[in-house]
Amino acid sequence: MLDIVARLGRIGMSFLQRLGRSVLFLLRSIIGIPAVIVRPRLLIQQLYSVGVLTILIIVVAGLFVGMVLGLQGYNILVRFNSESSLGVMVGLSLVRELGPVVTALLFAGRAGSALTAEIGLMKATEQLSGMEMMAVDPFKRVIAPRLLAGFIAMPLLAAIFSTVGVAGGYFVGVGLLGVDAGAYWSQMQNSVDLWDDVYTGVIKSIAFGFVATWIAVFEGNDCIPTSEGVSRATTRSVVNASLVVLGLNFILTALMLNGE
Amino acid sequence: MSTRMMEIMVGLFMAAGIAAFFTLSMKVSNLASFSGDGGYYVNASFENVGGLQVRSPVKAGGVTVGRVAAIEYDNQIYQAKVIMQIDDAFNQFPTDTSASILTAGLLGEQYIGLQPGAEEEYLQDGDILQLTESAMVLERLIGQFLYSKASGE
Repeated sequence: MLDIVARLGRIGMSFLQRLGRSVLFLLRSIIGIPAVIVRPRLLIQQLYSVGVLTILIIVVAGLFVGMVLGLQGYNILVRFNSESSLGVMVGLSLVRELGPVVTALLFAGRAGSALTAEIGLMKATEQLSGMEMMAVDPFKRVIAPRLLAGFIAMPLLAAIFSTVGVAGGYFVGVGLLGVDAGAYWSQMQNSVDLWDDVYTGVIKSIAFGFVATWIAVFEGNDCIPTSEGVSRATTRSVVNASLVVLGLNFILTALMLNGE
Repeated sequence: MSTRMMEIMVGLFMAAGIAAFFTLSMKVSNLASFSGDGGYYVNASFENVGGLQVRSPVKAGGVTVGRVAAIEYDNQIYQAKVIMQIDDAFNQFPTDTSASILTAGLLGEQYIGLQPGAEEEYLQDGDILQLTESAMVLERLIGQFLYSKASGE
């Protein structure tokens, strides 16, 4: 009986320890960010691998999510003779929820896992300790550029996702199913508010980019330096980032809806 | 891949992202149709505003000319006071313009419809519309209908 209690306590302690380590890690990395601004080449390199390489999956996913929204929305709305509100449905659901959340999930899978594996492998092959031996701070040289690149790339990717999704909904709704093009845009513009909808979506995507990148680089840096440890860290990075994004999304949505 | 190529790709990525933000702001949201600032304010008191909300459109002849800026309750006259913000481009409403709360479609959103009068003078900032018509409340209509039915027999 006591064994079980002790085990529970151990799990709780190790969880809190990891949490504390990750916060300290984040603070050290943020201190390293000014050093990146002085050397933008490091940042550009990371923006390329985190942002540019993720664009393809974001565009394809956004297009298909928008097209499915158009198709499903049309089939339901046409029953109430209100298929002209299709634009509202596609626009609001993409800008408020799907854009930030799906982008963050894809981002965690595509860019986050790569970040974790890269940093984990650097640690396993003792490149990070090697840098420290050469008096190069790995936080400034390796961690901070990746963190900053994630912060910058994620809101941009979410905006691209939403825009492509709206275009996908337009393509299916107006192009294939015959919704009036003017009604699609004007109803959307009437209902989507710049502050309440678009900017809350942007705030969400910034928050998701922050946690997803933070978790990815932390898991990489915190892994057990073996090949098995790196593989576990990569899995954990994707799973944890996805769970945190989904949970955070609920909290942010509740806060923002209350704030209105 | 050369560094230059990489820089170009990153630049394109940033440009695409910012362009997407711009599109979302201008094309998807209501920024372009009516901006928050500018215009003049006109007050009107209604017995019942129904489902009218802040930011609901103010229309004249079906065209949106402004938005509802605030809805308050006036303790002195026991009526709802609605402050409308009307775009400067439409500054030639006569002072005896009447305001009524209408509904777009059967279940649509509610908006304020302005019906211009015949006075020579134009509405100024802070003016009060005297002629108002309250929102149609479905329950009251049904009640009146039933009442007239019952009394008719």
